[in-house]
Amino acid sequence: MLEPLIYDLSRPGRQGVTLPACDVPPTPLPDGLARTTLDLPEVDQLTVVRHFTRLSQLNMGIDTHMYPLGSCTMKYNPRVNETAARLPGLAAAHPLQDPETVQGSLALMFALQEWLADIGGFAGVSLQPAAGAQGELTGVLMMRAYHLDRGDTQRTKMLIPNSAHGTNPATANMAGLDVVEIPSDPRGNVDLAALKALCDDTIVGLMITNPNTLGLFEEHVEEVVAAVHACGGLVYGDGANMNAIVGKVRPGDLGFDVLHYNLHKTFSTPHGGGGPGSGPVGVSARLTDFLPGPLVARVQDQGETQPPHFSLVTPPKSIGRMKAFWGNFGVLVRAYAYIRANGPDGLRGNSEYAVLNANYLRAKLEDVYKLPYDRVCKHEFVVEGVWADAPGVHALDIAKRLVDYGFHAPTNYFPLIVHEALMIEPTETETRETLDTFVDALRKIAEEAHTQPQLLKDAPHTAPLSRLDEIAAAKQLVLCCRPAALS
Amino acid sequence: MAYYPHTPQERDDMLAAIGAADIETLFADIPARLRNPQLNLPPALSEMETLADLRELAEDNQHAGRSALFLGAGAYNHYTPQIVDALIQRGEFLTAYTPYQPEVSQGTLQAVFEWQSMVCALTGMDVANASHYDGATALAEAVIMGNEHFRGARRKVVLSPTLHPHARGVVHTYTQGLGLSIVGEDLPPDVAPPDLADLVDDQTMLLAVAYPNFLGQIDDLQGLADRVHARGALLVVMADPLALGLLTPPAALGADIVCGEGQSLGLPLSFGGPYLGFFATRKSLVRKMAGRVVGETHDRQGRRGFVLTLATREQHIRRERASSNICTNQGLMALAATIYLSTLGKHGLRQVAELCWHKSHYAAHLIGALPGFRVVAQRPFLKEFVVACPRPVAEVNDFLLYQRNIIGGYDLGQDYPALKNHMLLCVTETNTRAQIDDLVGALSELS
Repeated sequence: MLEPLIYDLSRPGRQGVTLPACDVPPTPLPDGLARTTLDLPEVDQLTVVRHFTRLSQLNMGIDTHMYPLGSCTMKYNPRVNETAARLPGLAAAHPLQDPETVQGSLALMFALQEWLADIGGFAGVSLQPAAGAQGELTGVLMMRAYHLDRGDTQRTKMLIPNSAHGTNPATANMAGLDVVEIPSDPRGNVDLAALKALCDDTIVGLMITNPNTLGLFEEHVEEVVAAVHACGGLVYGDGANMNAIVGKVRPGDLGFDVLHYNLHKTFSTPHGGGGPGSGPVGVSARLTDFLPGPLVARVQDQGETQPPHFSLVTPPKSIGRMKAFWGNFGVLVRAYAYIRANGPDGLRGNSEYAVLNANYLRAKLEDVYKLPYDRVCKHEFVVEGVWADAPGVHALDIAKRLVDYGFHAPTNYFPLIVHEALMIEPTETETRETLDTFVDALRKIAEEAHTQPQLLKDAPHTAPLSRLDEIAAAKQLVLCCRPAALS
Repeated sequence: MAYYPHTPQERDDMLAAIGAADIETLFADIPARLRNPQLNLPPALSEMETLADLRELAEDNQHAGRSALFLGAGAYNHYTPQIVDALIQRGEFLTAYTPYQPEVSQGTLQAVFEWQSMVCALTGMDVANASHYDGATALAEAVIMGNEHFRGARRKVVLSPTLHPHARGVVHTYTQGLGLSIVGEDLPPDVAPPDLADLVDDQTMLLAVAYPNFLGQIDDLQGLADRVHARGALLVVMADPLALGLLTPPAALGADIVCGEGQSLGLPLSFGGPYLGFFATRKSLVRKMAGRVVGETHDRQGRRGFVLTLATREQHIRRERASSNICTNQGLMALAATIYLSTLGKHGLRQVAELCWHKSHYAAHLIGALPGFRVVAQRPFLKEFVVACPRPVAEVNDFLLYQRNIIGGYDLGQDYPALKNHMLLCVTETNTRAQIDDLVGALSELS
């Protein structure tokens, strides 16, 4: 046992914080309203601090280790953004205050809408979606609503490449659409002939990730978009891989109709061990009326002498709201601070160096690790974590062994179209020395795979725990440490 | 201020190692005429200037640090012990990803397991998940889970009109492609639960009610589950977890799914997010529940550890057969709530709820005695109550803010035509007697 459960540290009568005495005459509670037991722990403050500090020490994070998790853009999360989000004027404003009294929040959101629209090449942006997957649902619901609004009711199919994130097909299913999978060609692109054969008046559109999950820029992207548009379909862009192309190309210029941005990837907001994220969507002119509401609008009738004034408005054909209130505002503040600090040249530089770092690793590793699609990559690349002359060693073993060398594992077993995939994304914020150390580790591991394979299969050796039994977890299903207290 | 570390010399050496002449070579696959677009963003700022720019925006807001706040309606001003924010800023928590590699993520995993345990303790349910985006999306996922549970055989959903209006809105948005029939919302806001149960028939998948409801009232849910279950449907209770520090847990009332907004557990108002959806259900329904779930297991040496489990329900495995696409959730917010609940403990949480009870009743008692004002409450309430005002709510609020520096209540006429000129006031442990007395004094001038 690494650290006891907080419940095991509980002792009757302890409490971690005191509350003010009641300063008003009490009102008796009616009978039958209150519960008789509540099974929460009773712990003093120092014990709470030590418990959660010790738990934190069992984690790897970007602040402690290089975290080359493909598709997740684990770049440095600037601390100034944390300070910004905690400014009292932003952190203590209530979402339902009169808009007149929260002009600062609305101005920030308006600027971010405008900036993201500019970065993506879109006519409108909603900041409401709480994560990338929710941005996807937002986009797909808008595409569906657009066709229905035109009376185009026979469109029920969504085309999705076989390299796509699982969220893409799941999203289409949530929207009540049928998924049709498109194969990839030998260079890792969408198979253009297969796509064209499926483009007809039954498709809602195409969901595409560009650069795709192989880290490759779609070489025929304009033809792909044209084929979908020619049959009346719309193109959805999964922006998970936007960190490769900010300032280099705008998805809107490529003809995309919708794109979600992952503020917790491209725009440096921390992942927090599983959120909160933020997944704003940008749309082309024909979809702006369908955006989820409300959006922040600038009120125009004040003349140039007045400062700009902002209000909340819902577009006329809006698909509705995606969550309560206006979005993950605290995450928006961090992204605003990031864009403001970087400026246009900084943002472009981030993408350039993210791509430089990835290609540097690719060049330094390609003689040892097989690259199924061997061409210039964008912000990440995928290798096969397996060798014919080292039977029994798998991608998972390599991933776990990296921990012993002081690195978080890359994404593994995704994308599904690569055998024993290891997906490596260094991001722009790693130094050359760190990259070189990472290369040395991966090359040493390749050697170990051939000379001491057991070392890999038993890895990690230096982590707080050895490999965990995931099958037992799913079979016995212990999800809660307390028997439920019903009374 | 960009954050990449490369010197020009390093860049050139790395390009040489790649065999590329320059950076642009790496982007040659992008159509040349579209490459390197001009971005119309403001120029870069230093860290100092960035912070100054944000301080200026923050200064343009009125907020709970400057004014007494009596506004709730789904976002609550509670006191948060200082250790909560200090601990969630530990870089190992803050900058970790979803715990896909359990050997180096036990901190996150154990904290989620403790969160799930506390949600089970509060609700009385068997199992809980890691979190949803907020209470509204948790309710929408409950409806989708109901749809999955009946595999399309039941298409009707009954929503109480006193569920949060935004939560009802999100249910409509999420399910617009699923062909469901959603009823109940246009009943009068004072509808009693048995009247809602009358709408439940053999085609109904679930009835969802709020506890306390959007008007602050604690409806009598005794007997409701039996009526819903008699029709074979599920009962969903959307609860305020802080209120559950005091109230009978929904499991004891027969709920099948309990979800809600966890912001009241120590999260800042933050203009509406990031907040915290929580979700709990019966063990028999766990495989239909969406979201990330952490389970206990052991490592190769037999030491206890935790992993993400039940992945076969999720999008990365099931793909187009998955009924939810959620992956990233509100992990850090769930951690904050876990630390909040650990710090307050069983007695502290109840004390907070009781302070809300006493203070809101004190305020309601005084306001109800003012000429022209009337407290509308058929049922007990915990921290929010409805006040009929002698003039439009906007007028009352303008007077409170601009004359008395008080942020007033929520205008219920926006959502319920029958409640025109009715205000929803919220009183928590953060409101002192002096603030309440000031509010009452200010309102007396409008009598």
